[in-house]
Amino acid sequence: MTWIFDNWERFWEVTAVHLRLSAVPVLIGFVLAIPLGWWASRSQTARTVLFPFANILFTIPSIALIVITPVVIGVKILDEINVIVPLTVYTVALMIRSIADALSAVPGNVIAAANAMGYRPFKRFLTVDFPLALPVTIAGLRVATVSNISMVSVGALVGLGGYGQLFTEGYQTDNSPKVFAGLVGTVVLAVLADGLLLLVGRLLTPWARVGR
Amino acid sequence: MIEFRAVTKRFEDGTIAVDELDLTVEAGTITVFVGPSGCGKTTSLRMVNRMIDPTSGTILVDGKDVLTVDPPTLRRGIGYVIQQAGLFPHRTVLDNIATVPLLSGWDKRKARTRAAELLEIVGLDPNFGKRYPAQLSGGQQQRVGVARALAADPPVLLMDEPFSAVDPVVREDLQNELLRLQAELDKTIVFVTHDIDEALKLGERVAVFQKGGHLAQYAKPQELLSAPANDFVASFVGRDRGYRTLTFLHAEVPVHPVATAKLGERITVTDWTLVVDEQNRPKGWLSGVDGEVEVNERDLVSGGSLYDGSSLRGALDAALSSPSALGVVVDDAGAVSGVVRADDVIQALAKARAAGEVPR
Amino acid sequence: MGGWLFDPAHWSGTTGIPVRLLEHLGYTLLTLLIAAVIAIPLGAFVGHTGKGGFVIVGLSNALRALPTTAVLILVVLWAGLGDFPVYVALVLLAIPPIMAGTYAGVRAVDPSAVDAARGVGMRESGVLLQVEIPNALPLIYGGFRGAALQVVATATIAAYTGAGGLGRFVFDGLALQDFGQMLAGAVLVALLAVLVDLGFAGLQRLTVSPGLRPVGTGGKN
Ligand SMILES: Nc1ncnc2c1ncn2[C@@H]1O[C@H](COP(=O)(O)OP(=O)(O)OP(=O)(O)O)[C@@H](O)[C@H]1O
Ligand SMILES: [Mg+2]
Repeated sequence: MTWIFDNWERFWEVTAVHLRLSAVPVLIGFVLAIPLGWWASRSQTARTVLFPFANILFTIPSIALIVITPVVIGVKILDEINVIVPLTVYTVALMIRSIADALSAVPGNVIAAANAMGYRPFKRFLTVDFPLALPVTIAGLRVATVSNISMVSVGALVGLGGYGQLFTEGYQTDNSPKVFAGLVGTVVLAVLADGLLLLVGRLLTPWARVGR
Repeated sequence: MIEFRAVTKRFEDGTIAVDELDLTVEAGTITVFVGPSGCGKTTSLRMVNRMIDPTSGTILVDGKDVLTVDPPTLRRGIGYVIQQAGLFPHRTVLDNIATVPLLSGWDKRKARTRAAELLEIVGLDPNFGKRYPAQLSGGQQQRVGVARALAADPPVLLMDEPFSAVDPVVREDLQNELLRLQAELDKTIVFVTHDIDEALKLGERVAVFQKGGHLAQYAKPQELLSAPANDFVASFVGRDRGYRTLTFLHAEVPVHPVATAKLGERITVTDWTLVVDEQNRPKGWLSGVDGEVEVNERDLVSGGSLYDGSSLRGALDAALSSPSALGVVVDDAGAVSGVVRADDVIQALAKARAAGEVPR
Repeated sequence: MGGWLFDPAHWSGTTGIPVRLLEHLGYTLLTLLIAAVIAIPLGAFVGHTGKGGFVIVGLSNALRALPTTAVLILVVLWAGLGDFPVYVALVLLAIPPIMAGTYAGVRAVDPSAVDAARGVGMRESGVLLQVEIPNALPLIYGGFRGAALQVVATATIAAYTGAGGLGRFVFDGLALQDFGQMLAGAVLVALLAVLVDLGFAGLQRLTVSPGLRPVGTGGKN
């Protein structure tokens, strides 16, 4: 732990990079997954196409996806985009399922009632379906966020930034306090992000906590 | 025989579920615990097989204090049936039924044979043995639950609202089946329900529980109806009390002849005519039309319960529910032997009342 | 890529594809075995008693946040190179999903079946082993297969500290700027993951009672 205080500036710098590299994929992935999840919740065809595809994506090791990405999209291996793209892909794969499950679990009678009151489909999705699906969606988002934060480190194995740099540098210089500092940083970041999402979820869905 | 002696159960949160319960369940009878929700029926029942231990007091099963017996051993000697059946989803019906024999160390083959026997006893097709619980209807699951409880032939059977989760028709089937089984098996049964009709139908003795775990009255069904111990029992037994009392009255009701006809016959009908099949069993009523007609299935008005001589309630209901206001009387074979009228039932009731058999 | 993968020279010798494949499979299976031996009893016990559930949930969430790379490197720095650090890192990775699946599975068993199990005279061990665990198996397998996928994918990282497995191709390829080798490594890992999952799906079919399959779907799950 003393490493952190002795190298405060460095620690702060990798924290910022780590945060950026994990937050951006979660945001993009989440937004992309909403229409796909919605589609999967409505159509059996979408499910039979999307779910197995998402499962296969998970089987590809993150390190492999990170080294393949630059070749596929034609950028240099040391570009941050090489972590952002794979993690976005994982996030989408994970969130499609959560969102589809969440939307399918919205009670049919509520939807019928909303239709009967004359909601148009898009408005209904925004004001009825999606809010009711939020608790399950946020649970999925928490898993995606925590695993992203832990996976960003893998990028360091090919020389990218974040706490992972502390791991590889610590390994090369036989400096375990440095590795440990990165580990603590990752876990703390994950716990904080998880707690934040939990809180946001509670604030957004006050109805989920009453009347139990 | 099961004896409750000053049994009290107070839960950790201070709820008194059962308060100083003194009650004796006679061997070889069905005793029903009835009362509103939360009055301590389940708790009382579950103290018998030590699913719950009393805070104070003693429970004796056949003279033995249950607290002196190790719970699993005690429970293997007491059949237990619950509302949701509680079958093991991962085991076939046959293996579910064989559970207790296997636990008691029977060998596999003997347990299986016994399970197959029980399947038949509770009125299920032997093919069901290979099925899994999820492949059975609620009523069938309940039968399997009863079979599982009976498998090791325990002298005592505890049943907690076993029939409340099934529809009224199936429930009546299951109730009749239980009465039939009991006539053969002679078990000591404690049966919990919150349905007073079920209690009056099944119970040789009925214990009415009141909120707070008090025993309000413990008596034969007729007595509950004719002499409720307090206002609570009177109101719980319900506003149809007078009508229900008829269930326990077996006075003679005059049986009148009735005009019958068979399908395809050409007859002249002026009043209600009862149409019967080849075995003289009722098929429906033909209402008064003028002139000659051919008796046609299409023109039949069906309906009306049948009176088989059981009780005044059956007679009155047959008359009231018949479209012709004539209750059809049938014999054991189901053949028509005449009709009864509602006013005859009322007169029979008046006679019974004069003889002091009916509550005032 | 096809060129590298199908070059016969890469299919033999002590650094050939079959050997690396077996090493990778070995890491995976032993890791899963150790993790299962630790996580299933813990999850089952806590699920059975119903006490300390928050510990299980908290513990698995905390473990999930642990970066496997860091654990691997730390153990290497402390205990030296070899397979031991690989197993420590991978077992820690595999425990949370298995433990969470077991816990959730046992908690989700129909309470009336558990009540009936006690009511017919099973001892607590019988209730757990004969009723709760068999009924929790679908969810236990769910957690276990999730863990298996993660372990197969992550075992790739073992090669970073010089251990074996298919990760060798990825890291050697990276060092040599040999894209074909890297891609071949990645494809082989993904393929192995699919095969391992199929294997466990088969095991699941054999060991989970047909009575627990969703009704009316022809036994598909
Ligand atoms: N484990 C427990 N802890 C605390 N209180 C309990 C517990 N079990 C039951 N009670 C309380 O004890 C009282 C009696 O419960 P019991 O289950 O015996 O009622 P019941 O007559 O069977 O009701 P129902 O018809 O609804 O099944 C209720 O007030 C109930 O809330
Ligand atoms: Mg009850």
